[in-house]
Amino acid sequence: AAMAAMNADLRKERASATFQPELLTHILDGGAERTRRRKEIEALVINDPDFQHQDLNFLSRSQRYEQAIRKSSLMVMKLREYGIADPEEIFWFKSFVHRGRPEPLDLHLGMFLPTLLTQATPEQQDRFFMPAWNLEIIGTYAQTEMGHGTHLRGLETTATYDPATQEFILNSPTVTSIKWWPGGLGKTSNHAIVLAQLYTQGQCKGLHAFIVPIRQLGTHQPLPGITVGDIGPKFGYDEMDNGYLKMDNFRIPRENMLMKYAQVEPDGTYVKPVSDKLTYGTMVFIRSLIVGDSARSLSRACTIAIRYSAVRHQSELKPGEPEPQILDYQTQQYKLFPLLATAYAFHFVGAYIKSTYHRISGDISEGDLSELPELHALTAGLKAFTSWTANAGIEECRMACGGHGYSRCSGIPDIYVTFTPSCTYEGENTVMMLQTARFLVKSYTQVNSGQQVTGMVSYLNDLSRQRIQPQHVAARTVTVRINDPLSLVEAYKARAARLVEAAAKNLQAELNHRKSKEDAWNRTSVDLVRASEAHCHYVVVKLFTAKVSEVSNAAVCAVLTELCLLYALYGISKNTGDFLQAGILTDAQITQVNQRVKELLAVIRPNAVALVDSFDFHDVHLGSVLGRYDGNIYENLFEWAKKSPLNKTEVHESFHKHLKPLQSKL
Amino acid sequence: NVNPDLASERQTASFSVEKLTAWLDGGAEHTRLRRAVVEAIEGDPVFSRENQYFQSQNERYEAAVRKAVHIQKKMHEMGWTDNGPEYKYIYRALAGDVAFLLHRIFMRSISMLGSDKQIDKWIPLASQYQIIGSYAQTELGHGTYLQGLETTAVFDITAQEFILNTPKISAMKWWPGDMGRSATHTVVFAQLYVHGKCYGVHPFIVQIRSLQDHSLCPGITAGDIGPKMSFEHADNGFLMLQNVRVPRENMLNKFCEVQPDGNYVRWGSQKINYFTMTTVRISLLADEVVVPVMKACTIAIRYSAVRRQSKLKPGEQEAKILDYQTQQEKLLPQLAAAYAFHFINDYLQELFNKAYREIQRKNFDMLPELHAFSSGFKAMITQYCTSSVEICLRACGGHGYSLLSGLPSLYTKIVASCIYEGENTILLLQTARFLIKCFMAASTGQPVPPSVAYLAAVKPGKCPAKNKLHFLNPDIYTKAYQHMAARLVSSTAAKLQNLMQSGVKKHEAWNQCTVQLAQAAKAHCHYITVKNFAETVEKLKTQAGIQKIMKHLCDLFALHGIFSNGGAFLHDGYISGAQMDMVTASYLDLLPVIRKDAVPLVDAFDFTDKSLNSALGSYDGQVYQRLYEWAQRSPTNKQMSPAYERYLKPLLHNNLSKL
Repeated sequence: AAMAAMNADLRKERASATFQPELLTHILDGGAERTRRRKEIEALVINDPDFQHQDLNFLSRSQRYEQAIRKSSLMVMKLREYGIADPEEIFWFKSFVHRGRPEPLDLHLGMFLPTLLTQATPEQQDRFFMPAWNLEIIGTYAQTEMGHGTHLRGLETTATYDPATQEFILNSPTVTSIKWWPGGLGKTSNHAIVLAQLYTQGQCKGLHAFIVPIRQLGTHQPLPGITVGDIGPKFGYDEMDNGYLKMDNFRIPRENMLMKYAQVEPDGTYVKPVSDKLTYGTMVFIRSLIVGDSARSLSRACTIAIRYSAVRHQSELKPGEPEPQILDYQTQQYKLFPLLATAYAFHFVGAYIKSTYHRISGDISEGDLSELPELHALTAGLKAFTSWTANAGIEECRMACGGHGYSRCSGIPDIYVTFTPSCTYEGENTVMMLQTARFLVKSYTQVNSGQQVTGMVSYLNDLSRQRIQPQHVAARTVTVRINDPLSLVEAYKARAARLVEAAAKNLQAELNHRKSKEDAWNRTSVDLVRASEAHCHYVVVKLFTAKVSEVSNAAVCAVLTELCLLYALYGISKNTGDFLQAGILTDAQITQVNQRVKELLAVIRPNAVALVDSFDFHDVHLGSVLGRYDGNIYENLFEWAKKSPLNKTEVHESFHKHLKPLQSKL
Repeated sequence: NVNPDLASERQTASFSVEKLTAWLDGGAEHTRLRRAVVEAIEGDPVFSRENQYFQSQNERYEAAVRKAVHIQKKMHEMGWTDNGPEYKYIYRALAGDVAFLLHRIFMRSISMLGSDKQIDKWIPLASQYQIIGSYAQTELGHGTYLQGLETTAVFDITAQEFILNTPKISAMKWWPGDMGRSATHTVVFAQLYVHGKCYGVHPFIVQIRSLQDHSLCPGITAGDIGPKMSFEHADNGFLMLQNVRVPRENMLNKFCEVQPDGNYVRWGSQKINYFTMTTVRISLLADEVVVPVMKACTIAIRYSAVRRQSKLKPGEQEAKILDYQTQQEKLLPQLAAAYAFHFINDYLQELFNKAYREIQRKNFDMLPELHAFSSGFKAMITQYCTSSVEICLRACGGHGYSLLSGLPSLYTKIVASCIYEGENTILLLQTARFLIKCFMAASTGQPVPPSVAYLAAVKPGKCPAKNKLHFLNPDIYTKAYQHMAARLVSSTAAKLQNLMQSGVKKHEAWNQCTVQLAQAAKAHCHYITVKNFAETVEKLKTQAGIQKIMKHLCDLFALHGIFSNGGAFLHDGYISGAQMDMVTASYLDLLPVIRKDAVPLVDAFDFTDKSLNSALGSYDGQVYQRLYEWAQRSPTNKQMSPAYERYLKPLLHNNLSKL
């Protein structure tokens, strides 16, 4: 019956697809069994009346927070009831319950508990872990301060050890030192892991983590010496109580410092930790999640925009004919299909980082950290590259939906405001790009001094071989075949090599002119960011190409190859300057690339709807009137609008309060 | 009590801020007048925006209506009139969030499209607020393509009335502002039918709510379309019409009329019906697009001078983030763009005024050029500025994401301008159509408007610059832009012709070239903007300090465009690879130069703190104190949330361990 009600345009689109969307869904999920299990968990949540609620768009911020808390507590109980313990399955469950939005227990589950596991001593785990597991303790992770985010060493909160009482005294000495932003801090948590500068025996020992109770168990009132609250409304994250925390001579026992690595002994003696590279592991993991989130958020936006574009008819292409689907306009295809290709590319990049992390995490726990620096540098850049691209892409999808995209019913404003902070959190993107650049320059310098480098930067080795001939790297000829993805990988490689070399040379030139290393670095940072971007772009093209070659089903492989080509060629057409200037491509080839991009749009067009269907977002999860699977948009738009709070009464109270007096006065 | 980090920025200004402000305003008297208006409005508590970020949609709407009503009283008190010199500053001083903007468009469409008789009847009622109007054009299923509108108006000769209907759900009027809750009347665009024949889309005045109790009139279904990305204060509405009758005289008939016997007469171009949109496209640029970018730059640049993060040199204090090259490269081009678009807006206003005078005399010759200009520039400027505001937002890191920064509201509002009054891609294609036509005409020696005469002189060539300093010569970069625009127009025109000669139908060929056509239109507008900026600077000869800094900004604006769109200039070798390196070098060299004046340059926009309404952007730079104070005022901190008693308490009290 549901199929019978499907919009005729969408039915036609689906019938004309050249491949089976389920097969592609399996690839995205990592196998048919994973898909089955995901859908099973999805059904558990979606069919559960406890998780039903009215459209969040009509609720106030405080109501949204309340709904989120309600669902979070149910979620924790039900996860245990169903015995779901695999991290990925927990992630699915949570994401279906909260429909891809943040929730107030995020930091408790994602930071507080894991930090206890990794940084607490066995004694501390006994004291805190089970109560936290059972939510008697709800915790958050308080790192960022009002005046400091990126530069951790600059944090100002202090923890001063008092050997007389064997306590730490926590203080927020300035306004800028107030903890600001931690999720769940504003209203929900009764504990926080606080990062503070440790002072003992009159010396600063740098940042350390402390477990700080902040609210009274039982009454939930702030403890004496603690000022805590919500930081107010934001662009998005309405359901999250991001908070502030100010501490005035607040004392905690010595045993509340997380002491698995560094320690303060009862007399105040400080014992140093062994290695700090371990924290790389967590960062790699979290940033790999953001890459995956970039892919998912962009996929959701593409699903909505492409389905809507298949249902929406406007203007005329041929005089006298009915109005065409807007998806038939070249400009609309040019907006959406490269983003669709990007979403697929990022899915595969996310999967790659995750599996690489899992592959080497065994080595990490055995103390072999040799692969970590490169992975760390790579994920920093890819986090920035994918989140910037997805951030802009989501907005393009929304704008491609015209006026209706601006309505909250489209669901895209919400995807955008929820996603956009990932350009900032877990490492501000420009800073991330510069971290990657530091690694690239280091690798370049190594190559220059005769060493070989390995991994994703191994293309830099070719530069030294080049230098035997007295020609600039840019002058070497790459014979680019624009219909061969492998050849395009080479073109991207050449571009990355050229920009890394240019940035490294500019840096050297600055160093030759000036004394300070930092100044030279700063004066080259725009070039360095460009080099990192080119490097990341190369990695994405390379990984996408590699993934496509693994696909066994011919029909799926064909459509993915088209997407992969589109991704690579579109990237060239948007950055023609780099390819022209480096002599990688000629004017004539650029014209061909531009032409080929437009041909590919037409080639992909018949499969566009099936390609977004393959992402397999349930309507409930998508939360969009425009992106409904059945395509019945207009009637549902009207139904949705009728529920708007402004429509609660036919005559709004403002009429009696303001309008009527105005009319009688004038 | 100014933050010393901001105070020091102001001590080193290379020019007089006050003089620059006066120049931007068009003279010191204008500045005085504007400040007087701002002071009168900001001093009145009814217009306060203090708790705006904490309000619900319902509260925002009510505040907007309250302000719209109160401004009438205020104008009367102050002796300001609709035609007075103060008028244009009122809206800027209110900083948005005021109802009845569509009421103005309602009045404007009657003034433009109505006969003298209709103007005499409706305008006094509207200006006295005896009626409140809206402008109902867009439908659920149709926005861009006006000919596709589905609302019908059938002429009934016996009753001498039009019968208006919404024949299906997609024909419902959708989006018009002020219509969801406020309006009593609206101008409805509908397909006119007389004797079964369709005459296309025409405007009709329709009453939708009772003047007594504001209830909906018979046959009318109307309401609010629900929450949006922004514009919480505006009651964008829907409207369904079922056999709603209006007298024959309610069709706006300055340019065409249905006579009592059903005879249809027309006096002007059908296109004149869309003239209201052309007008609106130009008039929205200043307040809705350029001002928000100026505000975003003010907030982001002041904050970047106060925010310190990481160290540039070991052992030193943490550096102002404005000292990082990457931060400069994000913000300073946006600042330059704000100036560039301020100047192009002046240019467009002039063009519009000239055309308007002609149209009043029923001379429609300038209409195509005006239409092409208003479309292309609206698209180019709104797109550019939207992205500028977003860059400013993200350049403020985490705090930019707080509503208290003021930036999210600026962004969500300006972003709507890419869609309303004509979707940008469609508008660019309209401009492209004009450019292609002019190019064809010019290449066969026919006369074309002076603004596009350059298209006649397309030839291959090379940029003559020999070193990076040459790229600080406006002639050099203006020529480069001109060459690039002309190349894109001519190569697209050639491709169109090739396709058609190879047998592809005209409309299909057009669709196959639309991506390039849109790029060509954008390039044309970019070129005119650069050229106009350079000419504006040139004219400034007398004011040395200002001219110097404006010249830097002009250079930066131009070089930023070449730097970030290098391929378009490199493509046919007009700029060589080596020259592109010079562009990059000159461009990056400009950043630290302009950085020194960055704060004075935003100070010159002269926004009051109340107008910015930003915890990050205030004049005194007391960012953190203000952020903390404002957050404490959030209702989430004042009201007890029921969430604790209802959900948290049971949760914390051992619900789970029982499992």
